[in-house]
Amino acid sequence: MKLALGPLLYYWPREATLSFYAAIADSPVDIVYLGETVCSRRHELRLPDWLEIAQVLRDAGKEVVLSSQVLVESESDLKTLRRIVQQSTDGFRVEANDMGAVRLLSHQTPRPAWVAGPTLNVFNPQTLGMLQDLGARRWVAAPEMSCAQISALRAALDTPLEVEVFAHGRLPLAYSARCFTARHFNLQKDSCGFRCLEFADGIPLNTREGEPFLTLNGIQTQSAQVHSLLGLLPEVQAAGVDILRISPQGQHTDTLLHLFRRVLDGALHPTEALASATPLLPAAPCNGFWRGDAGLTQHPALV
Amino acid sequence: MPAAPELVCPAGSLPALKTAIDHGADCVYLGFKDATNARNFSGLNFDEKSLHEGVAYAHRHGRKVLLALNTYPQTDNWPSWTRAVDRAAEAGMDAIILADPGLMAYARRTHPTLRLHLSVQGSATTHEAINFYHEHFGISRAVLPRVLSLAQVAQVIAQTPVEIEVFGFGGLCVMVEGRCALSAYATGESPNCQGACSPGKHVRWEQTPKGMETRLNGVLIDRFEAHERAGYPTLCKGRFEVNGASYYAIEEPTSLNTLELLPELARVGVKAIKIEGRQRSPAYVAQVTQVWRAALDQLARNPEGFRVDARWMSELNKVSEGQSHTLGAYHRPWK
Repeated sequence: MKLALGPLLYYWPREATLSFYAAIADSPVDIVYLGETVCSRRHELRLPDWLEIAQVLRDAGKEVVLSSQVLVESESDLKTLRRIVQQSTDGFRVEANDMGAVRLLSHQTPRPAWVAGPTLNVFNPQTLGMLQDLGARRWVAAPEMSCAQISALRAALDTPLEVEVFAHGRLPLAYSARCFTARHFNLQKDSCGFRCLEFADGIPLNTREGEPFLTLNGIQTQSAQVHSLLGLLPEVQAAGVDILRISPQGQHTDTLLHLFRRVLDGALHPTEALASATPLLPAAPCNGFWRGDAGLTQHPALV
Repeated sequence: MPAAPELVCPAGSLPALKTAIDHGADCVYLGFKDATNARNFSGLNFDEKSLHEGVAYAHRHGRKVLLALNTYPQTDNWPSWTRAVDRAAEAGMDAIILADPGLMAYARRTHPTLRLHLSVQGSATTHEAINFYHEHFGISRAVLPRVLSLAQVAQVIAQTPVEIEVFGFGGLCVMVEGRCALSAYATGESPNCQGACSPGKHVRWEQTPKGMETRLNGVLIDRFEAHERAGYPTLCKGRFEVNGASYYAIEEPTSLNTLELLPELARVGVKAIKIEGRQRSPAYVAQVTQVWRAALDQLARNPEGFRVDARWMSELNKVSEGQSHTLGAYHRPWK
């Protein structure tokens, strides 16, 4: 299995972002997804900056994919989307995260190979087969899909393609026109003051009993718990998954990538790896979705 | 000035369907009694008998019936969804409302004359996305997620041959429809796959010394003091703690109400206004349908002189969630 670094879901200051990706060049990751997928107001890095990082990572031997924004609303969002799609014929693969991106990619000549992102709501082989006809060569399963659902879909495809799962990180659960970070500070989205910059792992939301429940990340709502398949890697491998997506977190991403790599190399037991990883996470781990359960539950590995 | 939009009303049951027709709905939308639609609640929806009676009733009055098949089939339950498409075609539906591209391909291939609408669960927010479904499946209409401003709705309409339907009134999803797994995270069941958000079987109401507590699969969604009216624990509408502050961190319990925007919506070319609420009672359907019919008729008679009648708003507020309303994403500060 290959390791992929998912797109950065948070909004970090420019220097922090640049130094994060500079270090990724030497990390044990095979694929890196780049670009802003959450909020069009975030512009510490603009497309030319992302392309510069892309070039450096490619020179370091990484496969680079440019991810498109999930919620596309304005004409200016569409303009950005078209510029990203343009890259698909100029050298970088694109991850399509809405059907507008799929349409634009399928209209490119020559038609590029692209990645069907996790927000396309692909749940059956009929839909995925159609996207394959339009150029999809890799599919990132929606995080809420279970092992059984992913295996069944994969087995039913006429033509195999690479299957990627969201293997580690706070779960991106929902998107809205509203910005919950701005709402928290009683600010309007249009004058949000870019408060997301202050929260490298988003803002924790607890129940009124003080239990961690969700994370506010601008217009995106994430889980509080950190979804991790690190302890379950043998069954993930057995399900036929080709690629594991690790979502960047504020600290220790590099250490987590190494832990995944060592388990894949057979140098570390998955249970030990999870034990080493747990103190490095911003919250407790969970893995319920993989077992077809509520996402916030944590199941032990199968013996 | 384009024609006044069609009024599309919810029918969770045969009595609600008849009520909607009697109070002036141009179309009703409904679902089967299973997970093929996004209001898969017990005691709701249609079997073969009520469906045929409902379709006959609507058609006798010259109105249309739309069937929502707007959840996403999985590999192992795919045949239930294609069977639902076939049943809809046989029952003489005027259109089916779909979200899944694979299912749209099936419907187009198997029933070439059946009219297809793109469900709000398809999360199509731009003309590029909507035109994708038009190119591949010849959809006639798309229902927009509740995220765009009026100017953005106008831009979509200007760049697509597909008719545009928008939500006018009812429960407000603060998240992009089709892009929300909050319920799956808390309960294992989601609108996308099981057709239910914050499903009743996971709900617990408990009177405690601290007040009435509402839980979803054990997660505390809200706690109400004696003077507060305890609402259903839809998980995005609870009160939570963020940095020490306890508040409706995601959304208040409130309803969308765009009545005052009606002339603008018609002017930019919106073809249909959808009323949310298949899970609500026939009394709700009567109240809301009646008010919107009156508003649409006034608009048709006198587009320039359209005024929101204060009585309309008070009638609608009575049946609103939390007895309050919002313009949602149409109103910039809401975002």
